Amino acid sequence: MNWETVIGLEVHVQLATKTKIFSAASTSFGAEPNTQACAIDLAMPGTLPVLNEQAVHYAIMFGLAIDAEIGKVSVFERKNYFYPDLPKGYQTTQLEKPIVGRGEVAIQLGDGSTKSIRIHHAHLEEDAGKSVHEGNLPYGSSGVDLNRAGTPLIEIVSEPDMRSIEEAVAFAKKLHSIVTSIGICDGEMSQGSMRFDVNVSVRPMGTTELGTRTETKNLNSYKFMEEAIEKEVERQIDLIEDGGTVRQETRLYNGDTKVAKAMRSKEEANDYRYFPCPDLLPVIVSDETIEKLRRALPELPDARQTRFMEQYILSNYDAGVLSSDASTAHFFEIVAANSGNPKIAANWTMGELSAALNNAGLNITDSPVSAELLAGMIVRIADNSISGKMAKQVFEAMWQGEGNADEIIEAKGLQQVSDSGALAKIVADVLEANPAMVEDFIASDENKRKKKLGGFMGQIMKASKGQANPQQVNQILSQKLNELL
Amino acid sequence: MIIERHEIEKLATLSRISIDEKTITDVTERLSSVLDLVDQLQTANTDSVQGISRPFQVSQRLRADDITESNHRDEFQAIAPATDNGLFIVPKMID
Repeated sequence: MNWETVIGLEVHVQLATKTKIFSAASTSFGAEPNTQACAIDLAMPGTLPVLNEQAVHYAIMFGLAIDAEIGKVSVFERKNYFYPDLPKGYQTTQLEKPIVGRGEVAIQLGDGSTKSIRIHHAHLEEDAGKSVHEGNLPYGSSGVDLNRAGTPLIEIVSEPDMRSIEEAVAFAKKLHSIVTSIGICDGEMSQGSMRFDVNVSVRPMGTTELGTRTETKNLNSYKFMEEAIEKEVERQIDLIEDGGTVRQETRLYNGDTKVAKAMRSKEEANDYRYFPCPDLLPVIVSDETIEKLRRALPELPDARQTRFMEQYILSNYDAGVLSSDASTAHFFEIVAANSGNPKIAANWTMGELSAALNNAGLNITDSPVSAELLAGMIVRIADNSISGKMAKQVFEAMWQGEGNADEIIEAKGLQQVSDSGALAKIVADVLEANPAMVEDFIASDENKRKKKLGGFMGQIMKASKGQANPQQVNQILSQKLNELL
Repeated sequence: MIIERHEIEKLATLSRISIDEKTITDVTERLSSVLDLVDQLQTANTDSVQGISRPFQVSQRLRADDITESNHRDEFQAIAPATDNGLFIVPKMID
């Protein structure tokens, strides 16, 4: 039987505020354990939450970015469960009246088509602390670090609109692109700034009723997400084809060991006894605030892609790659403006630079080669001072911090020889030194001559130590040989 | 409204409250009477009354996003049952 995969995503996005959602403690990443957990985060008796305005504004900005209804009156609720990294015994979150209502996110697929994924809602909530199970801990114990407790999150809940891993990943990437473009999240997946819960079910192709779904929680990379979905789809199909039934459950996928397992049965865990939080009043958002935020909303990835295609005459694909990430887009625009050559700027940003950054595990914002430096080198490619091959050497040297393009060209003597007098001399010398090759060329028929031309080119480039401008040499060489015919 | 004994047992488990055999009947009766009161309230005609979740017509005050809290880990950990290298120590958790 053919099976159809149905996928829905819940995405946790850490908001880039300076302080927690309900306390004025810092949210910065990587601090010593529990040094950023204040009395409110620790749920000390007598403390009360005070809501962070920036967190509310960021959530609204997300709603505006996906064209969603904004909850003008939204309410915080308590989701009750016991776990050591949740000191209050409940998570303050939203259920009945979330800050962001229904919206839509368009994704682009590999075949160039687009698909719209519906957003059910997005709500504000607090993150929990971190449990530590490894390291030098007293026997039979776990450690708790509450620095992350109270970090503001929006949880974005999609409808089960995705039908393949490709669509799920495209959707996740698009959300990443949106939240980083509007500046509400730093997008650092390795630091847990975006985490995915994946709801997966299968059904016979052609049917409309949804199968029983499982939820795989806390995936923090696209790769793990792909692997987890692939394994889960396979598991469900095998189970059903062997006469079994899928049980609704929460699962965990370990990306390092590639092992997935059931965490707990959903029925029991789901009894969170939500009720409105008596410590927090309803949040009322005025039309003025919404309008103010709408006007201040930075350019969205889709709009930027269209602008790149028009302004820089880039292909749909190139514009898509360069515009999806706000930092990459910004970098590219500086290179394009400073070099005056958007096409070469696009090739180098997506090609050599991106590969080097990947290899070094660096973000474009930490690139050793700045946009200005790269632009300086592109100017020299465009004016034929250096060939593409030389440019790679220059780039390598700039990466190592050896200076700007002009300094490196000078120091390494990489200047391309474009002086036609000098080139003509080199060509003449090579022809004179290789009379047998010249005779062979004259004796050959026209088709073979084209191939033989390459032999001369090699000799000439060698004689010029690779610095001869190849197009010019080609022209001079053809002319000289034709004169001999 | 009658609340069943097994419902009390489930609530006790979820709330991590231990209710012994002797008191469970008493707790069941008292909770049932609270629910009876709710039933009684629900007989009032509220057709012309708009629902509110709070007694006051005020909204949540918002705070500027400025860091004003500093590190007081030592004071907090001085009153914790167990700590180690800055972590709060709890019995081993197994997912």
